[in-house]
Amino acid sequence: MLSRVANSIYWLNRYIERAENVARFIDANYHMTLDIPDSASTQWQPLINTTGDHELFAELYGEANQENSIEFLVFDRNNPNSIYSCVRAARENARSVREYISSEMWEQINTFYLMINSAARDTSMDLPHQFFVDIMTASHTFIGITDSTMDHGEGWHFGRMGRMLERADKTTRILDVKYYILLPSVDYVGSSYDNLLWGALLRSASAFEMYRKRHGRINPDKIVEFLLLDPRFPRAVHYSIVTAIISMNNITGSPRGTFANKAEQKLGRLLAEFNFGSLDEVFEIGLHEYLDQTQTRINEVGAAVQNNFFSP
Amino acid sequence: MRFDGYDTEGFYDELFDPAGKPRAGADLLIERINGLPETELQRRQKAAEHALLNLGITFNVYSDEAQTEKIFPFDIVPRIVQASEWDVLEKGLKQRINALNTFIDDIYNAQKIIKDGVIPKDLVLSADGFREACIGVEPPCGIWCHITGTDLVRDGSGEFFVLEDNLRCPSGVSYVLENRLIMKRTFPMVFDACSVQPVTDYPSRLLEMLQEMAPPGVRAPVVVVWTPGIYNSAYFEHSFLAQQMGVPLVEGGDLVVHRGEVMMRTTKGLERVDVIYRRVDDDFMDPKAFRPDSLLGVPGLMKAYRKGKVALANAPGTGVADDKAVYAYVPEIIKYYLGEDPIINNVPTYACWREDDRKYVLENLDKLVVKAVNESGGYGMLIGPHATAAERAEFATRIKAKPRTYIAQPTLALSRVPVLMDDHFEGRHVDLRPYILFGAKSTYVLPGGLTRVALKKGSLVVNSSQGGGSKDTWVLNHEGGSSPESTLSEQSQSQEG
Repeated sequence: MLSRVANSIYWLNRYIERAENVARFIDANYHMTLDIPDSASTQWQPLINTTGDHELFAELYGEANQENSIEFLVFDRNNPNSIYSCVRAARENARSVREYISSEMWEQINTFYLMINSAARDTSMDLPHQFFVDIMTASHTFIGITDSTMDHGEGWHFGRMGRMLERADKTTRILDVKYYILLPSVDYVGSSYDNLLWGALLRSASAFEMYRKRHGRINPDKIVEFLLLDPRFPRAVHYSIVTAIISMNNITGSPRGTFANKAEQKLGRLLAEFNFGSLDEVFEIGLHEYLDQTQTRINEVGAAVQNNFFSP
Repeated sequence: MRFDGYDTEGFYDELFDPAGKPRAGADLLIERINGLPETELQRRQKAAEHALLNLGITFNVYSDEAQTEKIFPFDIVPRIVQASEWDVLEKGLKQRINALNTFIDDIYNAQKIIKDGVIPKDLVLSADGFREACIGVEPPCGIWCHITGTDLVRDGSGEFFVLEDNLRCPSGVSYVLENRLIMKRTFPMVFDACSVQPVTDYPSRLLEMLQEMAPPGVRAPVVVVWTPGIYNSAYFEHSFLAQQMGVPLVEGGDLVVHRGEVMMRTTKGLERVDVIYRRVDDDFMDPKAFRPDSLLGVPGLMKAYRKGKVALANAPGTGVADDKAVYAYVPEIIKYYLGEDPIINNVPTYACWREDDRKYVLENLDKLVVKAVNESGGYGMLIGPHATAAERAEFATRIKAKPRTYIAQPTLALSRVPVLMDDHFEGRHVDLRPYILFGAKSTYVLPGGLTRVALKKGSLVVNSSQGGGSKDTWVLNHEGGSSPESTLSEQSQSQEG
């Protein structure tokens, strides 16, 4: 397939996934601030920090509060990672490969874009949770349509690989939200608030019910393990990497456990880390540091993908 | 919603006769629309517009910072063409394209028609679309203009005329196909009742024709559609056609000439391309052969083309035959090559470089439409009867300064169709652009084509850039409606209870 087309499919999937995850961040944070008294004023800056766009934010808005954080993360056209910008970028990419993807996929992305484009900040924020759920649903609908209308060939694998790399990165950041939100007030650790917060975190990753089935009680260690190391839960980092490498192998034709280029090699190494990693090691390094390192490694895979496939 | 108060106002109406009675073939449609509950038609019109927006069937508006996309305005009342009328048009279009293709081939090779004195040499060679680089080119199967969109109009007497030949990159066929889809979605009952010739197999026919052109010896030809990119106003159509044919859509940057062959850059390296349906203007195809300052093109493409390594549709240089000055000679061109009279006539045309014609034009500017021969899209035009005295004086000066660049035609009372205006119907002027595929084995005319409608009251300009819209065009079958019998299959299994 054309390199340009592969590039667009990869990115349009990453952008849709990114938009969904930004909605998840905000939704999680929003719920947490509702549960913790007097936190609304202090808990938005940490969220901005986890997205990695804090410098741009400071430049545009200065101090973070609920209103300007939501503006920045949802609607701001100057923020390339706002939900609006992501969906718009996804649509631009989709538009340039309309002939390659199915009409149904295009129609879903276009409808998604028209919805975000016409969403007014005032009325959407009357029922913020509903607005964010709509965004997640639109993303899920897109994935479902993609799986059931597009040929599962090279292009589809590029798309899924992009989505999985994006998801792995973003799940680490969702876990980081929790790290940041507890940072200023260690008193909360282990309190009844703590359970609420962990519950909200799981819900924001659509993981609450699946976690319950697997582990029952709310246990922070188990939650970290579930979102990071579980090979079967579809939003877990481990699962995302497993799935990404299956697509990678399909694209290159390499047998499992081998590699044909730098991107495949880096991704394979990262997978091995997760296959043979344990929670103890994660806490030894420190959760935040571990998440940070993982993000860096995923970025390196992304750069290698760019190099190996899209700029021949 | 009824046609009761509808007035044809003395114009030829495509759906009603002068007495206000539905024309043969249109009665069923009129009856159905009249029978709809109040406001139902408006509701469906809205639904159709909504569907177009969601499908992203839009064109880009140039010079708009926000990159606004607009839907091409769509009117829900279809235009109907009788089977017997269509037969004549189809024959006439085939005849015309056959003659024009022979003409182009002659111009770039033997130039017999010039030597025989049928058409002046300098007139041909000074045409905007003439390309020096094409002299001596022998395209596959001798075909230059594979895809044509010919603009037809009907005057007050009901006769069809050819207004313009579009032999370069005619656009609009995607709207024909999508309009039909939308009509079937929003109006299934009416559609079912009238027996309408299908248009949906256009992409398959186009693909077949393109594959036929592949260089000899190529077993499974790789066909691509070449677009200038997503900011081109017709981008939707480019991607639509590529998608419907199931072939890659490429941009200039995807193509490269490697060891004399045209290749595309893929995730697995370079892959050869055999046939290019190009929607890029001649000038921007190859900086080595045409405009050297073009950044979009593929250097070396023309060389590969001349050597027969790749086929191009349409061939470069076809614009010489849709020049408005050359247009004036098409009746002679048909006669010269085919020995036949034109089946569809030209609109009577005054060529300003002929002294008698120029004199007449200058004296009658208030009755004529003047067109610059190298402009399209409704630009560079003077519509005499609607123009001010100052505008006419300005055109008179221009004509005197550069007679070669102007033709004039009588202002035709273009035929009209009813369009939905809020809560009633009003007549609006239309043209018709049928699409012709001129292949090695056969010529196909898409039944119907694009009906463009000037939505502004009284306007004669149908171009989308100037407030035009479109309608679905129904060419009726000879034989009345018949639906295929369904073959019954076995029932699906159910869960055991």
